[in-house]
Amino acid sequence: MEFTDSQTERYSRHIILQDVGVEGQIKISEGKVLIVGAGGLGAPVALYLAAAGVGTIGIIDGDVVDLTNLQRQVIHFTPDVNKAKVLSAKEKIAQLNPEVKVIAYQELLSTYNIFDIIKEYDIVVDGTDNFPTKFLINDACVLAQKPFSHGGILRFEGQTFTYTPGNACYRCVFDSPPPPNVVPTCSQAGVLGSIAGMLGTIQATEVLKFLVNKGELLTNRILTFNALSMDFRTIRFGKNTNCPICGEHPSITGLQTYELPACDLKH
Amino acid sequence: MVTKQLDITKEHCPMTFVKTKIELSRLQPGDLLEVLLTEGEPLENVPRSATEQGFRVLEIIHVKDDIHKITIEK
Repeated sequence: MEFTDSQTERYSRHIILQDVGVEGQIKISEGKVLIVGAGGLGAPVALYLAAAGVGTIGIIDGDVVDLTNLQRQVIHFTPDVNKAKVLSAKEKIAQLNPEVKVIAYQELLSTYNIFDIIKEYDIVVDGTDNFPTKFLINDACVLAQKPFSHGGILRFEGQTFTYTPGNACYRCVFDSPPPPNVVPTCSQAGVLGSIAGMLGTIQATEVLKFLVNKGELLTNRILTFNALSMDFRTIRFGKNTNCPICGEHPSITGLQTYELPACDLKH
Repeated sequence: MVTKQLDITKEHCPMTFVKTKIELSRLQPGDLLEVLLTEGEPLENVPRSATEQGFRVLEIIHVKDDIHKITIEK
């Protein structure tokens, strides 16, 4: 693949980097990334990956833009209220970098569609706001041996790790989802808007490292931060031999359906 | 072994090194790239960046006026 003059200019800051260079930028251009959720996390992930020149970005989200989203979901603007989030995101990406192919799925990710959708991509980004979908992404990606970046934010805190086949998965640490409504969602507990950017940009960085195959991914460790104290920690965790999905004797061999909290269905 | 030429006398930072890297990416290890560049920023930065990124700068010779030629081995 040869870059045009405008591509050379657009990606010049990547090409200069020793660990990206021409070869890395080609890998980014050939990359296919699925973003689940065009919300607080999905917004910065989509914008940075589009800016970086990721060749194909899939975005799945069944919601429309709500006024309450705009405090943190920076890919959506005020005139987008009531527009489908995937359409709003697709329009912004087209303006930022028309070379990126965007595939928009205006639907909920579910046990019915997840395998068909993720098989088209190199890596999946979890930008969801609920435990049932986080476990669904984990389980489908482990069963399909598909890398993914986990992310979650609440109030002033965020956490993220990266799964690649053979390494620890979400269920190695968290056995099963908490009962509905035990852990408050962002709409109940609140979230500082800018921490969506803090965590989402870490996820976007992991995706780019994965695509160019450089550095050390956040595998077998969880990065957490508290923005009030501005403390960042990485907690190491190994693959759990008793993990119900990736352990030695898995009890989960197919996808489970967990109940979505009632308030999540409307937002 | 191949020797290629590249003229970046009309380019400015960072495109000087960007064009150099793109040309180097088309070469095989051991191939040579002769780069024509001007004094000042390009002559200071391109050889330094190339060395930092693991390429060998074999020679820098003055061509004429403010133009120099550097030879880089991939």
